[in-house]
Amino acid sequence: MDILQEVTQEQLRSDIPEFKAGDTVKVHVRLKEGEKERIQVFEGLVIARKHGGISETFTVRKVSSGIGVERVFPLHSPGIAKIEVVRRGQVRRAKLYYIRNLRGKAARIKEAARKA
Amino acid sequence: MIRGILGKKIGMTQVFDDEGRVVPVTVVQAGPCVVVQRRTAKRDGYEAAQIGLVEGRPARKVTKPLMGHFEKAGVPPTRFLAEVPVDENDEAKPGDAVLVEIFEADEPVHVMGTSKGRGFQGVIKRHGFKGGRATHGSMFHRAPGSIGAAAYPARVFAGTRMPGQHGNRNVTVKNVRVVRVDPERNLLFLKGGVPGARNSYVRIIKAS
Repeated sequence: MDILQEVTQEQLRSDIPEFKAGDTVKVHVRLKEGEKERIQVFEGLVIARKHGGISETFTVRKVSSGIGVERVFPLHSPGIAKIEVVRRGQVRRAKLYYIRNLRGKAARIKEAARKA
Repeated sequence: MIRGILGKKIGMTQVFDDEGRVVPVTVVQAGPCVVVQRRTAKRDGYEAAQIGLVEGRPARKVTKPLMGHFEKAGVPPTRFLAEVPVDENDEAKPGDAVLVEIFEADEPVHVMGTSKGRGFQGVIKRHGFKGGRATHGSMFHRAPGSIGAAAYPARVFAGTRMPGQHGNRNVTVKNVRVVRVDPERNLLFLKGGVPGARNSYVRIIKAS
């Protein structure tokens, strides 16, 4: 597996902040419209991080006009301009799929106590 | 020009292309190879080069007759010998190196390898038959069913799909795209899968 890690190393991004499931993030996505490039922000709750290395992805969920929207981003994708962590959440599991069945007050996540 | 190379399958991963899209790739350690023997139209009736994959095979593990073959070419013993096509009137001679540089990104190639052996398998795994119901009194589960009519034709047609050895045969995948060439590490990135298990040997030839 060594060679595989070596060849994907150069495409790994080092400018990604640390975040995990339960955190709220703003993902700045590069959009190409013809010749022009635009940046769109997708803000929501991280409900999962999956796989590892170059294949790592994360899922962001938000509720947009009453409808749940989830987007899966490749973590190391060059299509992501920036990731901002808005809020750190305190959760007790790595995958927050249960949040899909909750709405309103029940779907809130407690903010994590700030690390020193 | 020599139109093919030998390689060892390293494994699969993914890369991002210029547009930022994810492309699944198989990484192949392709070469360095050496020409061990030339086939010429004059002598053999066709043009080809027998090439071997240089991997530092110890001389003590090579049989004497094969050692003589390598000595004649003036090359160290190689692991895997196979023929690849060459252009007509090509100058390639024994001892010449064959490197990944003969390929370029975005070019189509054919990949030949030995598929993963799955042993003796039934018709469901081997030919994709549907099979029957598992429960509710069904007595037909994974059997092949009818293999033909009775009095006429009074035989089973040749080629009827039945259980048997599955995998471990030569498979060619045509028109695989080269995604990237890494001459420094002798690596080829091929889009999608190629036949065989990791560390198995494959033959890669230009498609055009």
